[in-house]
Amino acid sequence: MEEVLRIRDLRVGFEVYRGFVDVLNLGELSIQRGESYGLVGESGAGKTVLALALLGLLRRPPAVIHASEMRLGGVDLLSISPKELRALRGRHIAMIFQDPMSSLDPVYTVRSQMIGVIRRRSGVDRAAALQRTLEYMRLVELPDPETIVEKYPHELSGGQRQRVIIALALSCGADFLIADEPTRNLDVTVQASILKTLYRLRQELGVSVLFIANSLALVSAMCDRVGILLHGRIVEAGTVREIVEDPMHPYTLDLLRAVPRKGETLLDDETHLVEVECHSGCWHFARCRARGPVCESAEAPVLLPISETHVVACVRAATAPPAILADQPLGLGCVPATTGDLVVPHQAPPGDS
Amino acid sequence: MPVTESDEDATVVGATVVGATVIGATVIGATNPTAARSRLRQTRLQWHVLTSNIMQKAAFGFIALLCLTAILAPYVVPYPAAIGGQVSMNEILEAPSWTHPFGTDEFGRDIFSRVLYGVRVSLMASVIVISIAIGLGSAFGVIAAGVGGIVDEVIMRTTDIFLAFPVAVLAIVITSFWGGSLRNAIIALGISWWPWYARLVRGTALSIRERPYVIAARALGTSPLRVMFSHILKNSLGPTLVLASLDMGAVILMLATLSFLGLGAQPPTPEWGLMINQSRTYFLSAWWYMAFPGLAITLTVFSFSILGEGLGEVLNPKSRGQG
Repeated sequence: MEEVLRIRDLRVGFEVYRGFVDVLNLGELSIQRGESYGLVGESGAGKTVLALALLGLLRRPPAVIHASEMRLGGVDLLSISPKELRALRGRHIAMIFQDPMSSLDPVYTVRSQMIGVIRRRSGVDRAAALQRTLEYMRLVELPDPETIVEKYPHELSGGQRQRVIIALALSCGADFLIADEPTRNLDVTVQASILKTLYRLRQELGVSVLFIANSLALVSAMCDRVGILLHGRIVEAGTVREIVEDPMHPYTLDLLRAVPRKGETLLDDETHLVEVECHSGCWHFARCRARGPVCESAEAPVLLPISETHVVACVRAATAPPAILADQPLGLGCVPATTGDLVVPHQAPPGDS
Repeated sequence: MPVTESDEDATVVGATVVGATVIGATVIGATNPTAARSRLRQTRLQWHVLTSNIMQKAAFGFIALLCLTAILAPYVVPYPAAIGGQVSMNEILEAPSWTHPFGTDEFGRDIFSRVLYGVRVSLMASVIVISIAIGLGSAFGVIAAGVGGIVDEVIMRTTDIFLAFPVAVLAIVITSFWGGSLRNAIIALGISWWPWYARLVRGTALSIRERPYVIAARALGTSPLRVMFSHILKNSLGPTLVLASLDMGAVILMLATLSFLGLGAQPPTPEWGLMINQSRTYFLSAWWYMAFPGLAITLTVFSFSILGEGLGEVLNPKSRGQG
């Protein structure tokens, strides 16, 4: 299989007034052609920073980026000029942003935004660009594209806007798509139908997707492999099945438990990203439910292989996995079942309003 | 979505009685919104806010009249010969009468004609001044915000230097170097006025620069220049236009000041400030000579500042209710 994205030892930080904030420290991340990789983590984990770093959109300074390797479809992102990187954006790599409400320029109609991008990118004339605009709008299942194309973003609903944004991202033939919480701020039915569209597009167009989300449920429905991001570090990674059915890292367990289910008390986590006096190199130590004396070592746990595809960065999980799971009754079987229903490929979605 | 929007507007604007009917009609219209119609609806709404206050209505009407006068001045002026250096020695410094509503000046020229033509001179000159200021200011402002770093620093410190001098002083210095003429006064004012726009646009652009749609545009590979000018600048023009309409009055006043000092328009140009300057000698005997050009300046400046306030309200929905 061909690798679309390959990252090794990527470190991103920000210079701030009082010093330096270390935001992202990724060991290794690679995404194959046609694959969908899910990145899950809470707010502040560094998900969006990773996406912006890949696109070269972080302002430097204050951002500082170091990496041993950063390749996109054979292009070395570290050595190319800003101009070459710009040519890459849109053409090979595109991004769908978090907030559909504000990702479209309010002063332009959908038509002029899309035609502008298409014309600049492929140099076709106005009529052909309009043709392609309508084509892509149909592809993302926008009803009545001829009407919608004349509207301003504020005249569209959240779901419609997000579809326009997806069409915009795909319209220049990008084969690698970063979807940064594409269903945030949308209600659940619209969310489901957007996800269906994305899933279908991925299969039809064969684009690789880096899917960023804060819920494992969304990711497990959309992706082949999942990485759990905590404080800018991947603490567990593996196939969706491995992560959902056989989670090893206590934080992954917390994430799974955070999905509400009937008849079960929700996880109540009081210490949310607060600065706790850290006695351990482990980032999760302060709020870990499974920590033990062995965790109080000074060194950060490294990613250890559990199986061929599954890695975890937890001292206890690697040495004695059952010990952690024993005091954590979870009933995880539910999660893949519910999320499995979420996506029914190749079926007309209900129209979102 | 469009319906909720108009609902909000209706509650806010509903405070004014006349408004309720207009808004009611637009809400019904919104049930079948096409792009063109909703734009029309929005325009109507803004128009309504602008004219809901009696003062604003009057100011708006007066400015419309001024614009019309400015365009048609050569055709509506009763004594076209009075605009130039015509001298009619037999009707010098006549008091207002039916034949000369504003009286005549020391050369026997009809002051009404000259004041009317002065509208054209003043409006045209100040529009050019504001255009220069907006052009320079928004270009520098958006570049400062967009490029940042040393470029931003240099541009902003330059504006600091400019802003350290009062506009009047700066303009007087520049015009006295180049010699007094209307053209030089316009250029001088444009040059001394742009830093305000540069700062305003920079400030707005800085916040717009981080908006998701700007980052999204960059993520699509849009060139930095295009991002700056067609996304950031276009979205920061709102406050600029308000400032421009507020400034119109100030610019007119400043142009009159320069002309009064002999650094702007030169005789026989019918410029209000210049006319007031020339009338000083006859102030005690011919009150009308000074009064009417002065009144013209006062009313014009006043109208523009009221219009500016109204525009500010239109562009800031939150302030509508309190108006």
